[in-house]
Amino acid sequence: MSIGGSIKRSVIYLLATLWLLVAGVPFYFMAQTGFKKQFEFLTSIWGLPKQFILTNYATILRGNFFHFLANSLTVVSVSVFLILVVSSLAAYVFARIRFGLSGVLFTAVIAGLVIPIHVTLIPVYLLTTRVGLYDTLWALVGPYVAFSIPITVFLLTEFMREIPRELEDAARIDGCGPMRSFFTLILPLSMPGLATMAIYNAVFLWNEFVFAFILTSSTAKRTLPLGIWEYQGQYSANIPIIMALLTLSSLPLIVAYLIGQERLVKGIMAGALRG
Amino acid sequence: MGDTFMATAVSDRLRKPRRRASQREYTLTIVLFLLPLFALLAVFIIWPIISSFQLSLTKWNGITTAREFIGFANWLQLLRDPVFWKALANNILIVVLSLVFQLPIGMALAVLLDKGGKRLRVFKTIYFFPLLMSSVASGILFKYVYDPTFGLVSSFLRGVGLGSLVRNWLGDPQVVLFSVLAVICWEYIPFYMILFLAAMTGIPEELHEAAVIDGATENQYFWRITLPLLYGTIRVAAALSLIGSLKYFDLIWVMTEGGPTRATELMATYMVKEAFQAFHMGYGSTIASAMFVIIMVIALVVLRITRRKEA
Repeated sequence: MSIGGSIKRSVIYLLATLWLLVAGVPFYFMAQTGFKKQFEFLTSIWGLPKQFILTNYATILRGNFFHFLANSLTVVSVSVFLILVVSSLAAYVFARIRFGLSGVLFTAVIAGLVIPIHVTLIPVYLLTTRVGLYDTLWALVGPYVAFSIPITVFLLTEFMREIPRELEDAARIDGCGPMRSFFTLILPLSMPGLATMAIYNAVFLWNEFVFAFILTSSTAKRTLPLGIWEYQGQYSANIPIIMALLTLSSLPLIVAYLIGQERLVKGIMAGALRG
Repeated sequence: MGDTFMATAVSDRLRKPRRRASQREYTLTIVLFLLPLFALLAVFIIWPIISSFQLSLTKWNGITTAREFIGFANWLQLLRDPVFWKALANNILIVVLSLVFQLPIGMALAVLLDKGGKRLRVFKTIYFFPLLMSSVASGILFKYVYDPTFGLVSSFLRGVGLGSLVRNWLGDPQVVLFSVLAVICWEYIPFYMILFLAAMTGIPEELHEAAVIDGATENQYFWRITLPLLYGTIRVAAALSLIGSLKYFDLIWVMTEGGPTRATELMATYMVKEAFQAFHMGYGSTIASAMFVIIMVIALVVLRITRRKEA
């Protein structure tokens, strides 16, 4: 390699390190501050704690943290399951059955991609109150599923179109109807697509804020993002406790990412790669 | 995509199922399989949009049973409402600055990672972290990062002797929008980075080799070959960034609630305040409906433009 090459490489590393600091320093701040006492934090912001204390974490864990976590897990898993059921059924029809309204209906679903959720907030809030679901976890499931459907149907339809038609044709000749062919052929073959969409929707809903903010109000019914938000009001003066909380609440996704990096990235990017 | 769809559709029609039992079963399948989808869309998206427009013609606090029909009074008020225009202007500023910062930086990082290869794998892992934080968590984190006394930004500036630059980052109406915007960039740049990186990995290595043999410099290769090949991805990224910025809510709500003195007010934050804090359900619906119209119009225009270029 020439001198030019090594200079170029140094520049690449320099810039890469620069962004590493931009991206990473807030995490360093968050993680290490959580192990400090309030007093130590006020006197030394940047340094590592002299003694890693766990009392901040203990405070958080003795509070409602696990409760919020359980709420989030419940809402997200129920929603993701329903999203996959509803979307795979519809995607099968759009991908495999030819009928007159197919194009129009498919376009109608896709239009849902750009609709801002804020236009539905007030009516959905009123509806939720009227049917007595306000301030329950179930209130979140409907909007979560409905707003995740467009992207999921879109991508699953693309996925199912890629599955070779010969299989289905052969089955059809043997007298296998569309429903059976969906459950015995297409659905099992779509599992990789379903997995990607499960990850995509789970990450998105795990962090969802607006509907949870509008449709629940009591601490008992808060999901994790709203739980953090409440804690922050409660402990706003004690920065180390807040940082311990933020660290804990970010851990599930970060750990999932470190374990299944490729899969998770693919899942998160699924929504964008449709171009 | 459209063409292949037509092609399969035609070949499908030629290959009609042999067994006659099918026709009724096909109709049944179509209805049953699409029913849950459209029931959900109707209840949670289509009906609410209509209902929002209806509510925008009323004056209502959301509690009493009586809704007063006031025609287009709310819409006229909206047109004269300086807060709404301020919010829209802020939204547009965020759109523009997001496009200007997020896409190029995302692209630059993608190039770095592409060039660095496996040795930068750890960097890539960490670059991605911000995207995994919930907006609430990163909003709260940066409230403290921006703290004028104990925050990282201020203490860093003081440490390098630039203490005079320290501002009340989230309290000064002059700078707050930019402070918030920096966090938005921090959170979303990794998204564009990965998007571009994925597209770059798709470019065949032979192209690079051929260009080098023909005497192209790395610079020329990037501007003349990589970038044009990524146009499709860039367009998608721009459309996502544009529409995302118009809907923006979470992070701003957590960090500033649109303040101070409406310096970071957005259409979405204004709407939530009017509807759920002031209980002006009618006027809140008007803002929401206006937001819907604005976003749909822009989305259609963007679609039109990108489609024309593709043809």
